[in-house]
Amino acid sequence: MTAVIVTRGLVKRFGRVRAVDGIDLDVRAGDVYGFLGANGSGKTTTVRMLLGLVLPTAGEVELLGRRMPRAARSVLPRVGALIEGPAHHGHLSGRANLSLLDASGPGGSWRTRRRRIDAVLEQVGLAGVGRRPVAAYSLGMRQRLGLAGALLRRPELLVLDEPTNGLDPQGIAEIRELLLELNRQGTTVFLSSHLLAEIEQMATRVGVLDRGRLVLQDRLATLTAPTGATVVRTPEPDRVRAALDGRVTAVDGERVVVKGDDPAEVNALLVGAGVPVIGLAPERPTLEEVVLAAARAAGDRVEVRERGR
Amino acid sequence: MIAVELHKLFRRPRTWTTIAVLNALPLLVAVLLQLTDLAPRPGEGPPFLSAVLTNGTLFPLAALAIVLPLFLPIAVAVVAGDSVAGEAQAGTLRYLLARPAGRTRLLVAKLVSVFAFVLVTVVVVAAVGYVVGTTLFEAQPIAGTSVSGSTLTPEELTGRTVLAIGYVTVSMLGVAAFALFFSTFTDSPLGATLGALAVLVTSSLLFTLDAASPIAPYLPTRYWLAFVDLFRDPILWRDVVRGLALQGVYVGVLLTAAWANFTTKDITS
Ligand SMILES: Nc1ncnc2c1ncn2[C@@H]1O[C@H](COP(=O)(O)OP(=O)(O)OP(=O)(O)O)[C@@H](O)[C@H]1O
Ligand SMILES: [Mg+2]
Repeated sequence: MTAVIVTRGLVKRFGRVRAVDGIDLDVRAGDVYGFLGANGSGKTTTVRMLLGLVLPTAGEVELLGRRMPRAARSVLPRVGALIEGPAHHGHLSGRANLSLLDASGPGGSWRTRRRRIDAVLEQVGLAGVGRRPVAAYSLGMRQRLGLAGALLRRPELLVLDEPTNGLDPQGIAEIRELLLELNRQGTTVFLSSHLLAEIEQMATRVGVLDRGRLVLQDRLATLTAPTGATVVRTPEPDRVRAALDGRVTAVDGERVVVKGDDPAEVNALLVGAGVPVIGLAPERPTLEEVVLAAARAAGDRVEVRERGR
Repeated sequence: MIAVELHKLFRRPRTWTTIAVLNALPLLVAVLLQLTDLAPRPGEGPPFLSAVLTNGTLFPLAALAIVLPLFLPIAVAVVAGDSVAGEAQAGTLRYLLARPAGRTRLLVAKLVSVFAFVLVTVVVVAAVGYVVGTTLFEAQPIAGTSVSGSTLTPEELTGRTVLAIGYVTVSMLGVAAFALFFSTFTDSPLGATLGALAVLVTSSLLFTLDAASPIAPYLPTRYWLAFVDLFRDPILWRDVVRGLALQGVYVGVLLTAAWANFTTKDITS
Protein backbone atom coordinates (compact mmCIF):
# COMPACT_ATOMS: atom_id res chain seq x y z
CA MET A 1 0.00 0.00 0.00
CA THR A 2 1.25 3.51 -0.77
CA ALA A 3 2.52 5.65 2.05
CA VAL A 4 0.51 8.82 2.62
CA ILE A 5 2.27 10.20 5.68
CA VAL A 6 5.81 9.15 6.53
CA THR A 7 8.00 10.79 9.15
CA ARG A 8 11.53 9.74 10.01
CA GLY A 9 13.07 10.65 13.33
CA LEU A 10 10.86 13.72 13.61
CA VAL A 11 11.91 15.96 16.49
CA LYS A 12 10.65 19.35 17.66
CA ARG A 13 12.21 21.16 20.57
CA PHE A 14 10.76 24.35 22.03
CA GLY A 15 13.67 25.63 24.07
CA ARG A 16 14.25 22.85 26.60
CA VAL A 17 10.91 21.11 25.96
CA ARG A 18 11.05 18.17 23.57
CA ALA A 19 7.48 18.45 22.30
CA VAL A 20 8.00 15.72 19.70
CA ASP A 21 10.86 13.34 20.27
CA GLY A 22 11.89 11.27 17.27
CA ILE A 23 8.71 9.77 15.85
CA ASP A 24 8.36 7.57 12.77
CA LEU A 25 4.78 7.79 11.55
CA ASP A 26 3.57 5.46 8.86
CA VAL A 27 0.11 6.21 7.49
CA ARG A 28 -1.00 4.32 4.38
CA ALA A 29 -3.56 5.04 1.71
CA GLY A 30 -7.06 4.11 2.82
CA ASP A 31 -6.27 4.21 6.55
CA VAL A 32 -8.29 5.85 9.21
CA TYR A 33 -5.31 6.54 11.40
CA GLY A 34 -6.07 7.30 15.03
CA PHE A 35 -3.36 9.46 16.58
CA LEU A 36 -3.80 9.17 20.33
CA GLY A 37 -2.08 10.97 23.14
CA ALA A 38 -2.69 12.69 26.45
CA ASN A 39 -2.83 16.49 26.75
CA GLY A 40 0.54 17.96 25.92
CA SER A 41 1.90 14.77 24.40
CA GLY A 42 2.71 16.55 21.11
CA LYS A 43 -0.22 15.74 18.80
CA THR A 44 -0.83 19.30 17.63
CA THR A 45 2.88 19.99 17.24
CA THR A 46 3.15 16.89 15.03
CA VAL A 47 0.15 17.96 12.94
CA ARG A 48 1.69 21.41 12.50
CA MET A 49 4.94 19.86 11.32
CA LEU A 50 3.10 17.64 8.84
CA LEU A 51 1.55 20.76 7.33
CA GLY A 52 4.74 22.81 7.27
CA LEU A 53 3.58 25.32 9.89
CA VAL A 54 6.19 24.34 12.46
CA LEU A 55 9.65 23.49 11.15
CA PRO A 56 11.17 20.30 12.59
CA THR A 57 14.29 20.53 14.74
CA ALA A 58 15.39 17.24 13.16
CA GLY A 59 13.97 14.51 10.96
CA GLU A 60 11.84 14.66 7.87
CA VAL A 61 8.21 14.60 6.75
CA GLU A 62 6.81 13.11 3.56
CA LEU A 63 3.24 13.85 2.62
CA LEU A 64 1.66 12.02 -0.34
CA GLY A 65 5.15 10.96 -1.36
CA ARG A 66 6.67 14.46 -1.41
CA ARG A 67 9.04 16.13 1.04
CA MET A 68 7.50 18.79 3.27
CA PRO A 69 7.72 21.71 3.67
CA ARG A 70 9.55 21.94 0.32
CA ALA A 71 6.64 20.55 -1.72
CA ALA A 72 3.94 22.42 0.22
CA ARG A 73 2.62 24.21 -2.82
CA SER A 74 1.91 21.05 -4.78
CA VAL A 75 0.94 18.77 -1.87
CA LEU A 76 -1.17 20.86 0.48
CA PRO A 77 -3.96 21.61 -2.03
CA ARG A 78 -4.59 17.84 -1.91
CA VAL A 79 -4.78 17.85 1.89
CA GLY A 80 -7.64 19.11 4.07
CA ALA A 81 -6.78 20.14 7.61
CA LEU A 82 -8.31 21.09 10.91
CA ILE A 83 -5.64 22.34 13.30
CA GLU A 84 -6.40 22.85 16.98
CA GLY A 85 -9.92 24.11 16.49
CA PRO A 86 -11.47 26.13 13.68
CA ALA A 87 -10.67 29.81 13.00
CA HIS A 88 -12.60 32.26 10.87
CA HIS A 89 -13.16 35.95 10.29
CA GLY A 90 -16.04 36.65 12.65
CA HIS A 91 -17.52 39.57 10.73
CA LEU A 92 -17.92 37.54 7.54
CA SER A 93 -20.45 34.80 6.77
CA GLY A 94 -19.40 31.16 6.71
CA ARG A 95 -19.77 31.16 2.95
CA ALA A 96 -17.56 34.25 2.55
CA ASN A 97 -14.94 32.68 4.82
CA LEU A 98 -14.83 29.51 2.72
CA SER A 99 -14.70 31.50 -0.48
CA LEU A 100 -11.79 33.68 0.68
CA LEU A 101 -9.85 30.69 1.98
CA ASP A 102 -10.38 28.84 -1.28
CA ALA A 103 -9.17 31.85 -3.25
CA SER A 104 -6.02 32.18 -1.10
CA GLY A 105 -4.15 29.29 -2.62
CA PRO A 106 -3.71 27.03 -5.64
CA GLY A 107 -5.93 24.15 -6.67
CA GLY A 108 -9.39 25.62 -6.11
CA SER A 109 -10.91 26.85 -9.36
CA TRP A 110 -13.24 29.84 -8.95
CA ARG A 111 -15.58 28.39 -11.54
CA THR A 112 -16.49 25.47 -9.33
CA ARG A 113 -16.16 27.38 -6.07
CA ARG A 114 -19.83 28.15 -5.49
CA ARG A 115 -20.86 24.62 -6.21
CA ARG A 116 -18.17 23.15 -3.97
CA ILE A 117 -19.10 25.47 -1.11
CA ASP A 118 -22.77 24.53 -1.39
CA ALA A 119 -21.82 20.85 -1.41
CA VAL A 120 -19.58 20.93 1.67
CA LEU A 121 -21.99 23.10 3.67
CA GLU A 122 -24.63 20.49 2.91
CA GLN A 123 -22.24 17.69 3.95
CA VAL A 124 -21.44 19.16 7.34
CA GLY A 125 -25.03 20.14 8.05
CA LEU A 126 -24.73 23.91 7.63
CA ALA A 127 -26.74 24.25 4.42
CA GLY A 128 -29.47 26.35 6.02
CA VAL A 129 -27.26 28.76 7.90
CA GLY A 130 -27.63 31.64 5.45
CA ARG A 131 -25.73 34.92 5.64
CA ARG A 132 -25.18 35.09 9.37
CA PRO A 133 -21.68 36.25 10.35
CA VAL A 134 -19.53 33.55 11.89
CA ALA A 135 -19.37 35.59 15.12
CA ALA A 136 -23.02 34.56 15.60
CA TYR A 137 -22.29 30.83 15.16
CA SER A 138 -22.34 28.36 18.05
CA LEU A 139 -19.18 26.43 18.94
CA GLY A 140 -20.41 23.31 17.17
CA MET A 141 -21.37 25.30 14.07
CA ARG A 142 -17.85 26.75 13.89
CA GLN A 143 -16.38 23.28 14.19
CA ARG A 144 -18.59 22.15 11.31
CA LEU A 145 -17.53 25.15 9.24
CA GLY A 146 -13.89 24.30 9.93
CA LEU A 147 -14.54 20.80 8.68
CA ALA A 148 -16.28 22.21 5.60
CA GLY A 149 -13.11 24.19 4.86
CA ALA A 150 -11.06 21.01 5.10
CA LEU A 151 -13.36 19.20 2.65
CA LEU A 152 -13.61 22.01 0.12
CA ARG A 153 -11.19 20.63 -2.45
CA ARG A 154 -12.12 16.93 -2.11
CA PRO A 155 -8.73 16.15 -0.52
CA GLU A 156 -7.02 12.78 -0.77
CA LEU A 157 -5.87 13.17 2.81
CA LEU A 158 -7.64 14.71 5.79
CA VAL A 159 -5.50 15.76 8.75
CA LEU A 160 -7.87 16.46 11.59
CA ASP A 161 -6.77 17.61 15.04
CA GLU A 162 -9.62 16.82 17.44
CA PRO A 163 -12.41 17.29 14.88
CA THR A 164 -15.31 16.53 17.21
CA ASN A 165 -14.31 19.08 19.84
CA GLY A 166 -17.37 21.04 20.94
CA LEU A 167 -19.91 18.87 19.12
CA ASP A 168 -22.92 17.32 20.83
CA PRO A 169 -23.24 13.49 20.84
CA GLN A 170 -25.52 13.59 17.83
CA GLY A 171 -23.07 15.86 15.99
CA ILE A 172 -20.19 13.55 16.86
CA ALA A 173 -22.05 10.56 15.42
CA GLU A 174 -22.91 12.59 12.31
CA ILE A 175 -19.32 13.64 11.71
CA ARG A 176 -18.10 10.11 12.35
CA GLU A 177 -20.47 8.81 9.67
CA LEU A 178 -19.33 11.54 7.28
CA LEU A 179 -15.66 10.72 7.78
CA LEU A 180 -16.24 6.98 7.42
CA GLU A 181 -18.19 7.59 4.22
CA LEU A 182 -15.38 9.74 2.81
CA ASN A 183 -12.92 7.02 3.81
CA ARG A 184 -14.98 4.42 1.96
CA GLN A 185 -14.71 6.64 -1.11
CA GLY A 186 -10.94 6.59 -0.81
CA THR A 187 -9.95 9.48 1.45
CA THR A 188 -7.20 8.71 3.94
CA VAL A 189 -8.04 10.15 7.35
CA PHE A 190 -5.47 11.10 9.98
CA LEU A 191 -7.34 11.79 13.17
CA SER A 192 -5.73 13.12 16.32
CA SER A 193 -7.66 12.79 19.53
CA HIS A 194 -7.42 12.07 23.21
CA LEU A 195 -10.80 10.32 23.13
CA LEU A 196 -10.12 6.57 23.09
CA ALA A 197 -13.72 5.67 22.35
CA GLU A 198 -13.77 7.87 19.27
CA ILE A 199 -10.63 6.26 17.87
CA GLU A 200 -11.81 2.76 18.76
CA GLN A 201 -15.00 3.29 16.76
CA MET A 202 -13.33 4.68 13.65
CA ALA A 203 -9.67 3.85 13.28
CA THR A 204 -8.13 1.04 11.25
CA ARG A 205 -4.65 1.89 12.51
CA VAL A 206 -3.54 3.52 15.72
CA GLY A 207 -0.48 5.45 16.82
CA VAL A 208 -0.02 6.34 20.47
CA LEU A 209 2.04 9.32 21.53
CA ASP A 210 3.38 9.56 25.04
CA ARG A 211 5.38 12.63 26.04
CA GLY A 212 6.55 13.17 22.48
CA ARG A 213 7.41 9.53 21.76
CA LEU A 214 5.48 7.13 19.56
CA VAL A 215 5.09 4.19 21.94
CA LEU A 216 2.75 2.16 19.77
CA GLN A 217 1.80 1.98 16.10
CA ASP A 218 -0.20 -0.89 14.69
CA ARG A 219 -3.48 -2.05 13.19
CA LEU A 220 -6.36 -1.65 15.63
CA ALA A 221 -7.51 -5.20 14.85
CA THR A 222 -4.08 -6.55 15.80
CA LEU A 223 -3.89 -4.54 19.00
CA THR A 224 -7.29 -5.70 20.15
CA ALA A 225 -6.92 -9.25 18.80
CA PRO A 226 -8.26 -12.10 21.00
CA THR A 227 -5.80 -13.01 23.72
CA GLY A 228 -6.49 -16.75 23.56
CA ALA A 229 -8.69 -16.76 26.62
CA THR A 230 -12.47 -16.87 26.98
CA VAL A 231 -14.56 -14.63 29.21
CA VAL A 232 -17.44 -16.34 30.99
CA ARG A 233 -20.27 -14.46 32.71
CA THR A 234 -21.95 -16.43 35.43
CA PRO A 235 -23.67 -15.80 38.76
CA GLU A 236 -21.67 -18.71 40.27
CA PRO A 237 -17.96 -18.14 39.53
CA ASP A 238 -16.87 -20.64 42.19
CA ARG A 239 -18.51 -23.50 40.35
CA VAL A 240 -16.61 -22.52 37.17
CA ARG A 241 -13.39 -22.89 39.09
CA ALA A 242 -14.49 -26.32 40.27
CA ALA A 243 -15.62 -27.50 36.83
CA LEU A 244 -12.60 -26.24 34.86
CA ASP A 245 -9.86 -27.25 37.18
CA GLY A 246 -6.77 -25.02 36.81
CA ARG A 247 -7.91 -23.18 33.69
CA VAL A 248 -9.35 -20.13 35.45
CA THR A 249 -6.87 -17.23 35.38
CA ALA A 250 -8.95 -14.43 36.87
CA VAL A 251 -12.26 -13.85 38.64
CA ASP A 252 -13.85 -10.43 38.90
CA GLY A 253 -17.41 -10.51 40.22
CA GLU A 254 -19.49 -12.35 37.64
CA ARG A 255 -16.64 -12.23 35.12
CA VAL A 256 -14.36 -15.25 34.90
CA VAL A 257 -11.41 -15.55 32.51
CA VAL A 258 -10.74 -19.06 31.30
CA LYS A 259 -7.77 -20.37 29.29
CA GLY A 260 -8.72 -21.59 25.80
CA ASP A 261 -9.74 -19.62 22.72
CA ASP A 262 -12.86 -21.63 21.83
CA PRO A 263 -15.96 -20.38 23.70
CA ALA A 264 -17.99 -23.33 22.38
CA GLU A 265 -15.67 -25.82 23.98
CA VAL A 266 -15.73 -23.95 27.31
CA ASN A 267 -19.50 -23.71 27.09
CA ALA A 268 -19.91 -27.46 26.53
CA LEU A 269 -17.82 -28.23 29.61
CA LEU A 270 -19.71 -25.75 31.80
CA VAL A 271 -23.15 -26.86 30.65
CA GLY A 272 -22.08 -30.46 31.16
CA ALA A 273 -21.20 -29.63 34.77
CA GLY A 274 -24.53 -27.80 35.20
CA VAL A 275 -22.98 -24.33 35.69
CA PRO A 276 -25.37 -21.50 34.71
CA VAL A 277 -23.79 -19.35 31.93
CA ILE A 278 -25.10 -15.84 31.13
CA GLY A 279 -22.49 -14.84 28.55
CA LEU A 280 -19.48 -16.15 26.69
CA ALA A 281 -16.94 -14.38 24.47
CA PRO A 282 -13.32 -14.58 23.40
CA GLU A 283 -11.26 -12.21 25.56
CA ARG A 284 -10.04 -9.05 23.76
CA PRO A 285 -8.10 -6.23 25.34
CA THR A 286 -9.83 -2.85 25.04
CA LEU A 287 -7.93 -0.08 23.32
CA GLU A 288 -7.77 1.64 26.67
CA GLU A 289 -5.92 -1.28 28.22
CA VAL A 290 -3.52 -1.45 25.28
CA VAL A 291 -2.81 2.27 25.40
CA LEU A 292 -2.34 2.37 29.16
CA ALA A 293 -0.02 -0.62 29.03
CA ALA A 294 2.07 0.93 26.26
CA ALA A 295 2.28 4.29 28.00
CA ARG A 296 3.17 2.61 31.30
CA ALA A 297 5.93 0.59 29.64
CA ALA A 298 7.27 3.76 28.03
CA GLY A 299 7.11 5.56 31.37
CA ASP A 300 9.21 2.82 32.97
CA ARG A 301 11.71 3.14 30.17
CA VAL A 302 12.14 6.85 30.82
CA GLU A 303 12.67 6.21 34.51
CA VAL A 304 15.27 3.55 33.84
CA ARG A 305 17.10 5.81 31.45
CA GLU A 306 17.15 8.64 33.93
CA ARG A 307 18.41 6.43 36.72
CA GLY A 308 21.14 5.20 34.42
CA ARG A 309 22.52 8.67 33.88
CA MET B 1 -3.97 36.31 -3.31
CA ILE B 2 -3.46 40.08 -3.55
CA ALA B 3 -7.09 40.46 -4.63
CA VAL B 4 -8.16 38.40 -1.61
CA GLU B 5 -6.20 40.60 0.78
CA LEU B 6 -7.50 43.82 -0.79
CA HIS B 7 -10.99 42.41 -0.56
CA LYS B 8 -10.52 41.53 3.12
CA LEU B 9 -9.15 44.99 3.95
CA PHE B 10 -11.54 47.18 2.01
CA ARG B 11 -14.69 45.16 2.68
CA ARG B 12 -14.04 45.50 6.35
CA PRO B 13 -16.15 48.22 8.00
CA ARG B 14 -13.30 49.09 10.35
CA THR B 15 -11.10 50.26 7.49
CA TRP B 16 -13.62 52.85 6.37
CA THR B 17 -14.38 53.91 9.93
CA THR B 18 -10.69 54.63 10.38
CA ILE B 19 -10.58 56.70 7.21
CA ALA B 20 -13.75 58.57 8.22
CA VAL B 21 -12.37 59.39 11.67
CA LEU B 22 -9.17 60.55 10.05
CA ASN B 23 -11.11 63.10 8.02
CA ALA B 24 -13.06 64.40 10.99
CA LEU B 25 -10.24 66.47 12.45
CA PRO B 26 -9.43 68.54 9.34
CA LEU B 27 -13.17 69.05 8.84
CA LEU B 28 -13.55 70.30 12.39
CA VAL B 29 -10.60 72.67 11.93
CA ALA B 30 -12.07 73.97 8.67
CA VAL B 31 -15.46 74.63 10.23
CA LEU B 32 -13.91 76.44 13.18
CA LEU B 33 -11.76 78.59 10.86
CA GLN B 34 -14.76 79.41 8.72
CA LEU B 35 -16.90 80.37 11.70
CA THR B 36 -14.29 82.44 13.52
CA ASP B 37 -12.17 83.71 10.65
CA LEU B 38 -9.21 83.37 13.01
CA ALA B 39 -6.41 81.78 11.02
CA PRO B 40 -3.11 81.09 12.75
CA ARG B 41 -0.44 83.60 11.77
CA PRO B 42 2.02 82.44 9.09
CA GLY B 43 4.66 80.24 10.64
CA GLU B 44 2.43 79.12 13.46
CA GLY B 45 0.25 76.03 13.67
CA PRO B 46 0.17 73.41 10.94
CA PRO B 47 1.69 74.48 7.62
CA PHE B 48 -0.64 76.08 5.05
CA LEU B 49 -3.38 76.70 7.57
CA SER B 50 -2.68 80.42 7.70
CA ALA B 51 -3.31 80.67 3.98
CA VAL B 52 -6.49 78.69 3.56
CA LEU B 53 -8.85 81.53 4.49
CA THR B 54 -7.83 83.31 1.34
CA ASN B 55 -7.24 80.25 -0.81
CA GLY B 56 -9.34 77.15 -0.17
CA THR B 57 -7.42 75.09 -2.74
CA LEU B 58 -4.57 74.93 -0.23
CA PHE B 59 -6.76 73.12 2.26
CA PRO B 60 -5.87 69.58 1.04
CA LEU B 61 -2.29 70.35 2.08
CA ALA B 62 -3.39 71.83 5.38
CA ALA B 63 -5.51 68.73 5.99
CA LEU B 64 -2.52 66.47 5.37
CA ALA B 65 -0.38 68.63 7.63
CA ILE B 66 -3.03 68.38 10.37
CA VAL B 67 -3.23 64.57 10.36
CA LEU B 68 0.44 63.93 9.59
CA PRO B 69 1.96 64.23 13.07
CA LEU B 70 -0.38 61.80 14.85
CA PHE B 71 -3.64 60.61 13.31
CA LEU B 72 -2.29 59.36 10.01
CA PRO B 73 0.63 57.37 11.46
CA ILE B 74 -1.67 55.85 14.07
CA ALA B 75 -4.15 54.74 11.41
CA VAL B 76 -1.37 53.28 9.27
CA ALA B 77 0.25 51.55 12.25
CA VAL B 78 -3.09 50.03 13.28
CA VAL B 79 -3.79 48.56 9.85
CA ALA B 80 -0.23 47.42 9.14
CA GLY B 81 0.24 46.06 12.66
CA ASP B 82 -2.94 44.04 12.25
CA SER B 83 -1.95 42.60 8.87
CA VAL B 84 -0.12 39.45 9.96
CA ALA B 85 -0.55 39.49 13.75
CA GLY B 86 -4.31 39.95 13.37
CA GLU B 87 -4.53 36.72 11.36
CA ALA B 88 -2.32 35.02 13.95
CA GLN B 89 -4.52 36.17 16.81
CA ALA B 90 -7.70 35.08 15.03
CA GLY B 91 -6.06 31.72 14.24
CA THR B 92 -6.73 32.17 10.52
CA LEU B 93 -3.00 32.46 9.77
CA ARG B 94 -2.45 28.70 10.22
CA TYR B 95 -5.31 27.93 7.84
CA LEU B 96 -4.04 30.41 5.25
CA LEU B 97 -0.58 28.85 5.35
CA ALA B 98 -1.95 25.29 5.30
CA ARG B 99 -4.16 26.23 2.34
CA PRO B 100 -1.23 26.85 1.24
CA ALA B 101 -1.05 30.56 0.56
CA GLY B 102 2.76 30.50 0.59
CA ARG B 103 4.56 32.59 3.17
CA THR B 104 6.27 34.96 0.76
CA ARG B 105 3.12 35.39 -1.31
CA LEU B 106 1.04 36.09 1.77
CA LEU B 107 3.52 38.68 3.01
CA VAL B 108 3.63 40.38 -0.38
CA ALA B 109 -0.17 40.40 -0.53
CA LYS B 110 -0.35 41.90 2.97
CA LEU B 111 2.24 44.47 1.95
CA VAL B 112 0.37 45.48 -1.17
CA SER B 113 -2.91 45.79 0.70
CA VAL B 114 -1.32 47.90 3.44
CA PHE B 115 0.31 50.13 0.82
CA ALA B 116 -3.05 50.42 -0.93
CA PHE B 117 -4.59 51.47 2.37
CA VAL B 118 -1.92 54.15 2.86
CA LEU B 119 -2.45 55.53 -0.64
CA VAL B 120 -6.24 55.46 -0.41
CA THR B 121 -6.16 57.13 2.99
CA VAL B 122 -3.84 59.95 1.93
CA VAL B 123 -5.78 60.54 -1.28
CA VAL B 124 -9.12 60.56 0.56
CA VAL B 125 -7.81 63.06 3.12
CA ALA B 126 -6.57 65.30 0.31
CA ALA B 127 -9.79 64.92 -1.69
CA VAL B 128 -12.04 65.60 1.26
CA GLY B 129 -9.74 68.53 2.08
CA TYR B 130 -10.22 69.87 -1.43
CA VAL B 131 -14.00 69.63 -1.27
CA VAL B 132 -14.13 71.17 2.19
CA GLY B 133 -11.62 73.87 1.26
CA THR B 134 -13.35 74.97 -1.89
CA THR B 135 -16.83 74.99 -0.35
CA LEU B 136 -15.97 76.75 2.88
CA PHE B 137 -13.30 79.18 1.69
CA GLU B 138 -12.65 81.44 -1.26
CA ALA B 139 -11.18 79.50 -4.09
CA GLN B 140 -9.33 82.01 -6.22
CA PRO B 141 -5.57 81.89 -5.88
CA ILE B 142 -4.13 85.26 -4.99
CA ALA B 143 -0.64 86.50 -4.36
CA GLY B 144 1.44 84.56 -1.91
CA THR B 145 0.38 80.98 -2.56
CA SER B 146 3.91 79.66 -2.46
CA VAL B 147 5.62 79.48 0.88
CA SER B 148 8.28 81.79 -0.55
CA GLY B 149 5.69 84.50 -1.23
CA SER B 150 5.43 84.30 -5.00
CA THR B 151 2.32 83.26 -6.87
CA LEU B 152 1.84 79.75 -8.25
CA THR B 153 -0.42 79.14 -11.22
CA PRO B 154 -3.30 76.73 -10.55
CA GLU B 155 -1.53 74.17 -12.74
CA GLU B 156 1.65 74.48 -10.72
CA LEU B 157 -0.35 74.20 -7.52
CA THR B 158 -2.12 71.05 -8.72
CA GLY B 159 1.12 69.43 -9.82
CA ARG B 160 2.84 70.18 -6.55
CA THR B 161 -0.14 69.00 -4.53
CA VAL B 162 0.07 65.66 -6.33
CA LEU B 163 3.80 65.52 -5.52
CA ALA B 164 3.03 66.31 -1.89
CA ILE B 165 0.44 63.52 -1.72
CA GLY B 166 3.06 61.16 -3.13
CA TYR B 167 5.64 62.33 -0.62
CA VAL B 168 3.32 61.92 2.38
CA THR B 169 2.39 58.46 1.10
CA VAL B 170 6.05 57.42 0.97
CA SER B 171 6.61 58.79 4.50
CA MET B 172 3.70 56.66 5.69
CA LEU B 173 5.10 53.60 3.93
CA GLY B 174 7.97 53.88 6.41
CA VAL B 175 5.46 53.66 9.26
CA ALA B 176 3.74 50.75 7.54
CA ALA B 177 7.05 48.94 7.17
CA PHE B 178 7.79 49.26 10.89
CA ALA B 179 4.34 47.99 11.85
CA LEU B 180 4.45 45.13 9.34
CA PHE B 181 7.89 44.19 10.60
CA PHE B 182 6.65 43.99 14.20
CA SER B 183 3.52 42.24 12.98
CA THR B 184 5.56 39.24 11.84
CA PHE B 185 7.18 38.92 15.26
CA THR B 186 4.16 38.89 17.53
CA ASP B 187 0.74 37.28 17.62
CA SER B 188 -0.74 40.46 19.08
CA PRO B 189 -1.84 43.13 16.59
CA LEU B 190 -1.93 45.68 19.39
CA GLY B 191 1.67 44.89 20.25
CA ALA B 192 2.77 45.40 16.64
CA THR B 193 0.93 48.73 16.40
CA LEU B 194 2.31 49.99 19.68
CA GLY B 195 5.80 48.90 18.64
CA ALA B 196 5.63 51.01 15.50
CA LEU B 197 4.18 53.98 17.38
CA ALA B 198 6.88 53.69 20.02
CA VAL B 199 9.48 54.01 17.27
CA LEU B 200 7.77 57.14 15.93
CA VAL B 201 7.39 58.76 19.35
CA THR B 202 11.03 58.03 20.12
CA SER B 203 12.05 59.45 16.77
CA SER B 204 10.05 62.67 17.23
CA LEU B 205 11.40 63.09 20.73
CA LEU B 206 15.02 62.56 19.75
CA PHE B 207 14.55 65.02 16.91
CA THR B 208 13.94 67.82 19.43
CA LEU B 209 16.96 66.86 21.50
CA ASP B 210 20.28 68.56 20.75
CA ALA B 211 22.23 65.65 22.19
CA ALA B 212 20.72 63.41 19.53
CA SER B 213 21.74 65.66 16.65
CA PRO B 214 24.36 63.21 15.27
CA ILE B 215 21.64 60.66 14.56
CA ALA B 216 18.95 63.19 13.65
CA PRO B 217 19.37 62.77 9.86
CA TYR B 218 18.55 59.07 10.20
CA LEU B 219 15.41 59.38 12.32
CA PRO B 220 12.39 58.04 10.43
CA THR B 221 10.28 61.13 11.16
CA ARG B 222 13.09 63.60 10.35
CA TYR B 223 11.91 64.62 6.86
CA TRP B 224 8.17 64.11 7.18
CA LEU B 225 7.38 67.81 6.89
CA ALA B 226 9.70 68.28 3.93
CA PHE B 227 6.67 68.24 1.64
CA VAL B 228 6.30 71.92 2.53
CA ASP B 229 9.50 72.49 0.53
CA LEU B 230 7.62 71.45 -2.60
CA PHE B 231 5.79 74.79 -2.34
CA ARG B 232 8.84 76.98 -2.29
CA ASP B 233 9.78 78.86 -5.41
CA PRO B 234 11.81 77.22 -6.83
CA ILE B 235 11.19 73.83 -5.23
CA LEU B 236 13.75 73.02 -2.54
CA TRP B 237 14.53 69.42 -3.43
CA ARG B 238 17.27 68.68 -0.93
CA ASP B 239 15.19 67.47 2.06
CA VAL B 240 12.53 65.89 -0.14
CA VAL B 241 15.12 63.72 -1.84
CA ARG B 242 16.77 62.83 1.45
CA GLY B 243 13.38 61.98 2.92
CA LEU B 244 12.55 59.69 0.02
CA ALA B 245 15.94 57.99 0.21
CA LEU B 246 15.70 57.54 3.97
CA GLN B 247 12.21 56.03 3.79
CA GLY B 248 13.39 53.83 0.92
CA VAL B 249 16.19 52.43 3.07
CA TYR B 250 13.89 51.89 6.06
CA VAL B 251 11.23 50.18 3.95
CA GLY B 252 13.81 48.00 2.20
CA VAL B 253 15.62 46.89 5.35
CA LEU B 254 12.48 46.35 7.44
CA LEU B 255 10.65 44.40 4.77
CA THR B 256 13.66 42.19 4.16
CA ALA B 257 13.90 41.49 7.88
CA ALA B 258 10.15 40.86 8.07
CA TRP B 259 10.40 38.44 5.16
CA ALA B 260 13.41 36.63 6.64
CA ASN B 261 11.57 36.21 9.92
CA PHE B 262 8.18 35.27 8.54
CA THR B 263 9.44 32.65 6.10
CA THR B 264 11.44 30.80 8.75
CA LYS B 265 9.33 31.07 11.88
CA ASP B 266 7.18 28.43 13.55
CA ILE B 267 3.48 29.20 13.23
CA THR B 268 2.23 28.21 16.68
CA SER B 269 -0.72 30.59 16.84
N1 LIG C 1 4.96 27.41 21.02
C1 LIG C 1 5.37 26.61 22.01
N2 LIG C 1 6.38 27.01 22.81
C2 LIG C 1 6.82 26.20 23.80
N3 LIG C 1 6.31 25.01 24.07
C3 LIG C 1 5.29 24.54 23.34
C4 LIG C 1 4.77 25.33 22.26
N4 LIG C 1 3.77 24.63 21.68
C5 LIG C 1 3.68 23.47 22.36
N5 LIG C 1 4.60 23.42 23.35
C6 LIG C 1 4.79 22.29 24.29
O1 LIG C 1 4.89 21.11 23.53
C7 LIG C 1 4.21 20.04 24.16
C8 LIG C 1 3.22 19.42 23.20
O2 LIG C 1 2.17 20.30 22.92
P1 LIG C 1 1.00 19.98 21.90
O3 LIG C 1 0.18 21.20 21.75
O4 LIG C 1 1.59 19.41 20.66
O5 LIG C 1 0.20 18.85 22.69
P2 LIG C 1 -1.17 18.11 22.30
O6 LIG C 1 -0.87 16.66 22.26
O7 LIG C 1 -1.76 18.71 21.09
O8 LIG C 1 -2.07 18.40 23.58
P3 LIG C 1 -3.66 18.64 23.70
O9 LIG C 1 -4.31 17.30 23.75
O10 LIG C 1 -3.78 19.34 25.01
O11 LIG C 1 -4.08 19.47 22.54
C9 LIG C 1 3.59 20.63 25.41
O12 LIG C 1 4.42 20.30 26.50
C10 LIG C 1 3.60 22.11 25.19
O13 LIG C 1 3.76 22.78 26.38
MG1 LIG D 1 -3.61 19.68 20.67
